[in-house]
Amino acid sequence: MPALSDGRHKSAWSPSFWARFVTCGMVLALAVPALNAWAPPGSPVALPDYLVPLLGKYLCYALLALSLDLIWGYAGILSLGHGAFFALGGYCMGMYLMRQIGTRGVYGNPMLPDFMVFLNWKELPWFWWGFDHFAYAVAMVVLVPGLLALVFGWLAFRSRVTGVYLSIITQAMTYALMLAFFRNDMGFGGNNGMTDYKDILGWDVHQPLTRLGVYITSVFALGLGFLLCRYVTASKLGRVLLAVRDTESRVRFLGYSVTNAKLFVFTLSAVLAGIAGALYVPQVGIINPSEFSPGNSIEIAIWVSVGGRGTLVGAIVGATVVNSAKTWLTGAAPETWLFVLGALFVLSTLVFPRGVVGLLRRPSGVRPRAAAPVPAGEQA
Amino acid sequence: MIVRLPRLAGLILLLLATSVSAKADDFAALVGNLTGDSFVEKEAAVIALGALGDPRAIPIFEALSDGRLFRSADGHVVISVTDGGTTRARDAVTGDDIASVDPDSLGRIIVNNRLRRAIEGALGALTLFSTDPVSRLAAAQDALRHPSAPEAALLEKAIAVEKDPEIHAAMQQSLAAARLMSGSKEERLAAVRALGMTTNPQIRNLLDEFRASADTDPELQKAADAALASIGDRLRLVGIAANLFQGISLGSVLLLAAIGLAITFGVMGVINMAHGEMIMLGAYTAYVCQQLFRAYLPAEWIDAYLPVAVPVAFLFAGAVGVALERSVIRFLYGRPLETLLATWGVSLILQQAVRSIFGSPNKEVSNPRWMTGGFDPIGGFTITWNRLYIIVFCFIVLSVLALILNRTSFGLHMRAVTQNRPMASVMGIRTARVDALTFGLGSGIAGMAGVALSQVGNVSPNLGTIYIVDSFLVVVFGGVGNLMGTLVGALSLGIVNKLLEPVAGAILGKIVVLAAIIVFIQRRPRGLFALKGRTAEAEA
Amino acid sequence: MKTATPMTDALLYLNGVTVSFDGFKALNDLSLVVDEGELRTIIGPNGAGKTTMMDVVTGKTRPDAGEVFFRGTADLSHLDETEIANLGIGRKFQRPTVFENLTVFDNLELSLADSRGTWRTLFAQLTSDRHDRIAATLARIGLTEQSGLLAGLLSHGQKQWLEIGMLLIHDRTLLLLDEPVAGMTDRETEATTELILDLANDRTIVVVEHDMAFVRSLGARVTVLHEGAVLAEGSIDHVQNHPRVIEVYLGR
Repeated sequence: MPALSDGRHKSAWSPSFWARFVTCGMVLALAVPALNAWAPPGSPVALPDYLVPLLGKYLCYALLALSLDLIWGYAGILSLGHGAFFALGGYCMGMYLMRQIGTRGVYGNPMLPDFMVFLNWKELPWFWWGFDHFAYAVAMVVLVPGLLALVFGWLAFRSRVTGVYLSIITQAMTYALMLAFFRNDMGFGGNNGMTDYKDILGWDVHQPLTRLGVYITSVFALGLGFLLCRYVTASKLGRVLLAVRDTESRVRFLGYSVTNAKLFVFTLSAVLAGIAGALYVPQVGIINPSEFSPGNSIEIAIWVSVGGRGTLVGAIVGATVVNSAKTWLTGAAPETWLFVLGALFVLSTLVFPRGVVGLLRRPSGVRPRAAAPVPAGEQA
Repeated sequence: MIVRLPRLAGLILLLLATSVSAKADDFAALVGNLTGDSFVEKEAAVIALGALGDPRAIPIFEALSDGRLFRSADGHVVISVTDGGTTRARDAVTGDDIASVDPDSLGRIIVNNRLRRAIEGALGALTLFSTDPVSRLAAAQDALRHPSAPEAALLEKAIAVEKDPEIHAAMQQSLAAARLMSGSKEERLAAVRALGMTTNPQIRNLLDEFRASADTDPELQKAADAALASIGDRLRLVGIAANLFQGISLGSVLLLAAIGLAITFGVMGVINMAHGEMIMLGAYTAYVCQQLFRAYLPAEWIDAYLPVAVPVAFLFAGAVGVALERSVIRFLYGRPLETLLATWGVSLILQQAVRSIFGSPNKEVSNPRWMTGGFDPIGGFTITWNRLYIIVFCFIVLSVLALILNRTSFGLHMRAVTQNRPMASVMGIRTARVDALTFGLGSGIAGMAGVALSQVGNVSPNLGTIYIVDSFLVVVFGGVGNLMGTLVGALSLGIVNKLLEPVAGAILGKIVVLAAIIVFIQRRPRGLFALKGRTAEAEA
Repeated sequence: MKTATPMTDALLYLNGVTVSFDGFKALNDLSLVVDEGELRTIIGPNGAGKTTMMDVVTGKTRPDAGEVFFRGTADLSHLDETEIANLGIGRKFQRPTVFENLTVFDNLELSLADSRGTWRTLFAQLTSDRHDRIAATLARIGLTEQSGLLAGLLSHGQKQWLEIGMLLIHDRTLLLLDEPVAGMTDRETEATTELILDLANDRTIVVVEHDMAFVRSLGARVTVLHEGAVLAEGSIDHVQNHPRVIEVYLGR
């Protein structure tokens, strides 16, 4: 937030901000459904049905990127395991959707999903109880990634693990989870994952109207997530985190509990990622263990970096731009996508460290820089 | 353990027969009986022939079983032998080739199932005396499956004429097993004690059955228990030894993979996510060398591709490493997180490049002849040559590296830059050059690791991704910036992984290791052999 | 960890403190007492242990032996940095370590004597009361005009004052200043002397320094450290004429 001449900050909640925010929200939440549901098919502005979940997917990715920017851009925590929180939220929603299939599965078992019948299991494992209720599933979407983040973060931050070491062990965390979820006997569908959903809250998942509903929910989730992140970063805690990002030990000397501050944003970030994952699953129709793959988590960092680290908006822009490019290229020229992605990694760190948003905004001496130069001897 | 009747009959007859000297015309007469019309006749002939103990019967039985035994118009029995592309006829009795035979005049001698069984039984008994040592060994080991008194007597006779020590030992073992089931008490006792030395699980099963049988002689029971306990201990030891070897082998591979990373991370603080791809490039270098040798050089030289591939991979991967350092990494010093991301991008590019050139599927790289096969040091598990060579290679590389680090001026410069970069620069050390060469060295070693890996695993574009996580764990666990830490880290991770495998399964074992390391980092965030002191503490 | 009855009246009490790094003794049986309200200067050659002593007091380093007590009851050798900071002990580092990417104003805001709890900071509002305090401190350290500037853009001397301001605004009882005038111009040094003397009116200050003219201008009691222990103590004149001190500083 820019500072005024007497040092106070320009309010994060100015009218101009609200104007921009509401406009974007309206476009996303109203224009897209309108073009899909009401524009006559065949008209050039009609939005085809298949595009709705695709856009919704982008929104989920945007929320995921937002969650990473919160901790990376503002607290300097580069988690390379956020895909795990995303996937965990996705699995919780997936479990609910599997229970909703009921007797309409291939084996027709009212209690057990197909893959369990296939494995000759006789009853539902204990950790599946309750997932036939939507409210429970939603609670789990929040609690499971949140608890994992709380425990993992507490262990890591308390021991003052920072910088690259932290990134590596978050990679290890998501890698371990990937290996675990690939096992068929874990009870989560093994390497095939969970798919073939029928309905959500009674609505048929494949119907355009349901898809629009999930899409609009995603818009709201992104909007609320954005407001939440903006509130945190504009608060005094946000400034504490910026200070932590730059000189952690100094903040400790000031008397702040750096561990608690980091733990708070890390957990909040994980919960947002979990929610993103939960909304993602009904829109892509499947959840499988490859969501835990270490490469996925690293890709999230590039979305944030391309868009502009430490700006929140940048994360949303970056996620949308990179994933649109991915969708287009993997369709048009599949062999080139990895080259492009790799080049994005290299260029965005070497040449465009401030990202798209950073380039667009006029650099001013009063605004905190997105990528802080690192004083010798301190961590990045 | 059912003794098959035809075999038993054959054995008994054999015993009777071998106690009476065999007559040559008996042999010819019996062979002639094979041309009879009835199966009963043929069966009797087979059994009698087997009882003769004459090894000339072996090819006859084999031919009869294969449908290659014929009766000629003049009553001779003829074997059809196909050699190369030509088919010849051979007299069954004399073994001589028959010059010209009209195929239409030959009548095939037909067998049925019962006859087949008889042939099998007779063959089994006979091959103990076969001229071919491989068959003799197989027969000796096979005899374990039918321990009985007649078998024992047969084995005794075979042992008396056996010269080859390995086959002799196998026969002794089968004899002991046979005596176990059917000898006098002293014989059984002796047999039990003799069998206690083995690691053969078949024999353990035999002893188990023997122990469980109705025999209530306490002395025998005690001996059997002792033998079973001793076998159990040996098998456990063998199991541990096998796992230890596998663990060291895995550890040596991890070491080769990780050492380059430890150097670049230790000296320059650079997290190089493209390190795995350097390994992959090395593996593909080995593949290309192999292909070039196959295409352009005489066949006898093919095995030399490996010693050529090693330095080529070192130079190639090293060059790629230096290029990477000069073009990307140099600009990102002091920003380890950005370096991580940028090098990840490079790794994607390298993987896709290799995929575009060579395709996605695995490439076959064969071991040179001197690296195939293995040996059995204590009985029970095999030490394969390729893994052994890799372990040796790994330690050679480590020693050379230690020499370079501690005895050369380049090594001194590297260590100076690791410990205090500004100071080293002020002292006149060209830190930029040291950086580039260090990176080249680390990548070159990774290339050599790739060559080693091509000998024990698959070569595919994803090879790097398999080893990158493990390499990082080794570096993080062992401590950054020194060889000893990497050595200890790699070996312990390799051994722990392999020891866990039989207990928890490969994947669960990996998960346990990962979790343990995460917990370990809490206690010692800098790894096992961390550099101490204030300068090192100034790092992250 | 607090003992039930105060060990001593002194504000800061060090007794027999030893710290060794890999065999090298940075502090060797150091004993030192600072009373409340005192202004004390600590001098000594490089490697004498001045910075290590500060590290021990602020909790960055644990002593291998000896006692360290604050206000007679708080055992500093068993508390961590955050707890010690919250007791009222503030340290200014040799190299200025302000938050370069936050404004001068923000730096001071973070240092306000507010609740440090994570939840509180999330919901903290900048009341006019707080705003006034920040403005007052800015005036006292002479940085009112630079309030909206990023701290990284300040001059070296200004950064030092900002750091002192950050300690000031938090109402620290005991200030440890590590070479506050290092790298300053003569004019800045004068201004700093005035500032410190002004601050000494209402709090206890320990200054570590090399600059003898500055030490003299402060006019406070001087403690000389050498090889991790106290060599001499007294007024600046007493210490400058002390035979052992001369020996150590000038050599034989």
